[in-house]
Amino acid sequence: MRWLLLKDLQILRRSPLLVGLLIVYPVVISLLIGFALSRGPDKPKVALLNLVPAESNSFELGNQRIDASRYAERLFDSVDPVRVTTRAQALEAVKSGEALAALIVPADITEKLSTGLESAEVEVIYNNEDPVKGRLVDQIINSRLADANAALADKFREIAVQDIGLLLDGGEFNLFGRELNILGLKKTKTILDATLASLPPNASQRAPLRRVADFAGLAVANLNLATDVVGTVSQPVRVKRTAIQGKRTPLSAYAVAISVTVSLMFLTVLLASGMLALEREENAFARLVRGLVSRGALLGEKIGLAAGCAFAVSLAMLCGLGLFVDLEWGRFPLWVAALAAGAIAFAAMGVAIGALAREVRAASLLAFLLSLPIAFLAIVPNGSVSDGLYDVIRVISALFPFKPTLQAMDQALNDTGRGFGAPLGHLLALAVAFGALARLALRRFG
Amino acid sequence: MPRAETASPAAALTARGLTKHYGERAAVRDVGFAVAPGELVAVIGPNGAGKTTLLSVLGGILAPDAGSVELPPGGVGWVPQQPAVYGKLSVEENLRLFARLEKVPDVDAVVARMLDQADLADRAGDELGTLSGGNRQRVNIAVGLLADPAVLLLDEPSSSLDPRQRERLWEFIGALTGRGTSVIYSTHNVVEAERSADRVLVLADGELIFTGTPRSLEAEVGASDLDFEAAFVRFLHEQGH
Repeated sequence: MRWLLLKDLQILRRSPLLVGLLIVYPVVISLLIGFALSRGPDKPKVALLNLVPAESNSFELGNQRIDASRYAERLFDSVDPVRVTTRAQALEAVKSGEALAALIVPADITEKLSTGLESAEVEVIYNNEDPVKGRLVDQIINSRLADANAALADKFREIAVQDIGLLLDGGEFNLFGRELNILGLKKTKTILDATLASLPPNASQRAPLRRVADFAGLAVANLNLATDVVGTVSQPVRVKRTAIQGKRTPLSAYAVAISVTVSLMFLTVLLASGMLALEREENAFARLVRGLVSRGALLGEKIGLAAGCAFAVSLAMLCGLGLFVDLEWGRFPLWVAALAAGAIAFAAMGVAIGALAREVRAASLLAFLLSLPIAFLAIVPNGSVSDGLYDVIRVISALFPFKPTLQAMDQALNDTGRGFGAPLGHLLALAVAFGALARLALRRFG
Repeated sequence: MPRAETASPAAALTARGLTKHYGERAAVRDVGFAVAPGELVAVIGPNGAGKTTLLSVLGGILAPDAGSVELPPGGVGWVPQQPAVYGKLSVEENLRLFARLEKVPDVDAVVARMLDQADLADRAGDELGTLSGGNRQRVNIAVGLLADPAVLLLDEPSSSLDPRQRERLWEFIGALTGRGTSVIYSTHNVVEAERSADRVLVLADGELIFTGTPRSLEAEVGASDLDFEAAFVRFLHEQGH
């Protein structure tokens, strides 16, 4: 087997264009995929728990009634709301993947908004099983909340400016159903100035009236400025974020995990499938298995070759990315373990493809046709598609090494708190299964 | 016609009652013969007669459904129709790789001997992909000889060669039999078989319908005025093929 391995390395060394393409193409593709992951589906499902009693949906601010539900609707412009009635139901909807996130509107939100002084707070719960989903929730909630906040803030400012205008200029004002006529500070000052002018110079009322007139003058000057200050009130509603599973992974580190996994997949699968199919194209397979090498050893050699080469390239890529993205170098042994397990599983998948396709071109085509959709399916967040479709996606993803490799890489790089054993065991099982499939396919290989 | 041979004490290879089916179709049916040391035997027959299947069974590539092959102590070397060597490796690297896989005791000596026998010492460093079809076929045969087998099996060795390359190939094979190596080869070129083989085995529809020298096949059809190819065709007709 050692001699076959050396032979294959010699062949690769003499095919610089092929090797260059094998390395550069997956690296470029994986970086593009990894760092372009910023958009999700248009209308993901979001569980909605509205704890505000129906009678409290509107509130008084200044002398105006504001209907909060008008502004809440803006939150749902780009989501498909799933109505729930308790917090437990909201949590379950997120945990089960029925909803991408849950939005909880507290009962006291209108009360807080009605003060005009205090920001109200809504709670967003999401399943942080992958950072793409977290990013998606952030984007949706932030963007919709910004719209609602902007509309509310505009309304608040309009009311505040009207009230300040009333204070300055006077006019009609409704207080608990009674129409009052407000004099206004400007008119007050005019009246005071006229009164002061009509008083004798030594009148005892002159000094206190002068103080009141000065105050009215100062108030007029400063309230004119206050209309601008009121305009800066911009965030009546704030968001409290609650992740119910996993730690929050920086998207850049997750993108590194995706990039490395995609690169590892392409390199390993293409190399393993191509090098095995090459044995048949060179007519050497029948000669080799005629007592020189067993079929199992031949598969083992191809798996070792592809996994070894792809591991080395991917580790170098990871270390290179580590210079630009903040990674925990203390977890290096876990990087190695995740890469090695992923490489072996992908290589087993590659030899199965090579054994089934039997020709280098067909094997390469099949490797591409399988790899790309598998990679994309594996990063679809739950809750972003229908339940049935997501179940299908989950089953398909579990049949191939991409998703468990990504989970292992994410855990190795970011300590997601989901454990390392499950994805490694999954990869080992896939390696055995694909190895067995390849061995079966070799029966009709020669 | 004989369907099985009794092993002679001097036989290098003896086949008995070999049968091989592909599904319902019998590619080889109850074939038996023996080959003497240093003998050059051609397996001829129309396309689809079962020549490649017979050689594959003799070489251990395919397991027979029935029958057995008695192999010599040195085993058999098998040379497939298409060169089964690596185009990106040099002549010497190919020989060295297969010598190591064959676990020959002195790799350097064997490789040097094969380069010499194949008359390719001056092309030892050339990548196989740059060689002519004839030279690639000689490397292909040399690989089959690395373990110094007592019997060499060649499947259509000259099918892709031009006349000059073919002539050099038969010189090479003639030298092998001269050193005592038995050679069994398949061909659809009956003229070449007449010229080079000590004995021909005629296969048709998987059955061995004749074994003997080219001259004895001509005598079998009683056509002294016909060339060997015409006699062969008449023989097939007479046998109902």
